[in-house]
Amino acid sequence: MSELAERTEVELLALGDDALIAAQRLAEWVSRAPTLEEDVALANIALDQLGAARMLLATAGDEDELAYRRDDQGFRNCLLAELPLGPARGDLDFGWTMTWLLMLSAAQLLRYTDLAAGADEQAAGIGAKAVKESTYHLDHATQWMLRLGGGTEQSHRRVQEALDGLWPYGHELTEGIRDRWLALVEPVLAESGLTRPADRWRPDGGRAGRHTEHLSFLLAEMQSLHRAHPGAQW
Amino acid sequence: MPGVAGAERLLGEVEEAEAALREAAERALDGEASFDAVIAADQKIEPRDAMPDAYRAGLIRQIAQHAHSEIIGMQPEGNWISRAPSLRRKAILLAKVQDEAGHGLYLYAAAETLGVSRQELDAALLTGKQKYSSIFNYPTLSWADMGAIGWLVDGAAIVNQVPLCRCSYGPYARAMIRVCKEESFHQRQGYQSLYVLAQGTPAQRAMAQDAVDRWWYPSLAMFGPPDADSTHSAQSMAWKVKRFSNDELRQRFVDMCVPQAEILGVTLPDPDLKWNEQRGHYDYTSPDFDELMRVVKGDGPCNRQRLAHRNRAHEDGAWVREAAAAYAAKNRKVLA
Ligand SMILES: [Fe+2]
Ligand SMILES: [Fe+2]
Repeated sequence: MSELAERTEVELLALGDDALIAAQRLAEWVSRAPTLEEDVALANIALDQLGAARMLLATAGDEDELAYRRDDQGFRNCLLAELPLGPARGDLDFGWTMTWLLMLSAAQLLRYTDLAAGADEQAAGIGAKAVKESTYHLDHATQWMLRLGGGTEQSHRRVQEALDGLWPYGHELTEGIRDRWLALVEPVLAESGLTRPADRWRPDGGRAGRHTEHLSFLLAEMQSLHRAHPGAQW
Repeated sequence: MPGVAGAERLLGEVEEAEAALREAAERALDGEASFDAVIAADQKIEPRDAMPDAYRAGLIRQIAQHAHSEIIGMQPEGNWISRAPSLRRKAILLAKVQDEAGHGLYLYAAAETLGVSRQELDAALLTGKQKYSSIFNYPTLSWADMGAIGWLVDGAAIVNQVPLCRCSYGPYARAMIRVCKEESFHQRQGYQSLYVLAQGTPAQRAMAQDAVDRWWYPSLAMFGPPDADSTHSAQSMAWKVKRFSNDELRQRFVDMCVPQAEILGVTLPDPDLKWNEQRGHYDYTSPDFDELMRVVKGDGPCNRQRLAHRNRAHEDGAWVREAAAAYAAKNRKVLA
């Protein structure tokens, strides 16, 4: 395998895992969103993430084999994707979720744009489709950042806390695309009246299979039924 | 994989209803026609038309209950999204539950045309003042429940709802046409998912049968109390909101399910189920209507859980809705 092909394969798996784990997180919102319209929108974004994950994983092998039979150390997603959507495990906080989506979808938009422009034809096709979806996800998150940042005192405080909590995970997320990513995200924060956190702590390890405590819980739930019936068809 | 025998015919009826709706619009009576004349001519009543108070109130109750059912119905199936055993099934289930939220939205919009607000409707659900379908007060205990619900519960919903595509109230009829088209996809995915289980490993086959055993009678109860005890039926039929009685629709459903169960290779849990040559229908055991009334009154296995979940989601989202309203108000001021 050429060096380029190998590099592409590693990258596709990492992007596929980001999208799969993100879909699993977003689906937690089903029947819990602040409005019915938002329930539909979040499910839509989860479905897009899942669809992209399936296409990306298929380039590396059997999608179900990869999703259901790997342990956490086999996953290559960035840490941000696996974090609970709130300050602690089991939380589901809308401000955290929109901040998380802003950070994630801006990075996905850039990675998919690069993929679409790349030499690998199959990867370019996937990238081109996913770019359109990421553009919508980023816009959705942006609209909410404006409303939460500029809404009430409480919403402003909550979304700033979320931003402070999640910001460090943006370093691993944006390796190699940091400046372009900042150019997308910083104007949204400024317009939302939010303070861009300082760059200090830079947690990483996800791309090498060293994850947070949260991922194995997520996988335990996601994989439980599949693993209980080895070899079964669904 | 086999198609859902009988379901295609129902979808045909939806399309006929849609054509009838267009035709009715073309030969619309003049604006002064009385309510009774519009009903008699099989025309549609529209939001601005005069209508008896009881017609309006009855429709609000029915459409709201229907919308609430779509919303609460997201919970039992949402329960298995995170554990769906393949990515394909996860995507299908997620899309299905999302559709149910969409159905809730169309139906709330239809109810609003009768002069009731979304806030009033939300409050009526959250306080338990208005009901939702009792079927969603049963728990989903295994993955096979996703198949059984799609096949039986969405199947029963289609049988109930296809005649509503011809309902005399225009906005409701139009919403039901949209809803029914999507419901047929729901039924098909459930049926196919159950089919795979019923042809699968011994554990999967047992799971499929157990789900059918648990969902069969609650699905029969979805058609409501027997005709003799049905409180709203006669007036509703006269106003052409309802077109068939509860028992007629229940029979239609049973007749449709028996051959489908044979193809699936599952047994319907009714030893007295048999073809009656004379009637040209299957004889079957009625569901336990006392149990239905207990569940309707609030004592089903999951009533408290479903309402608590909805209330929690509503409370947790309050600060977000407030922020959106405050932001919109500020921006209106800037524009003004
Ligand atoms: Fe529905
Ligand atoms: Fe449905």
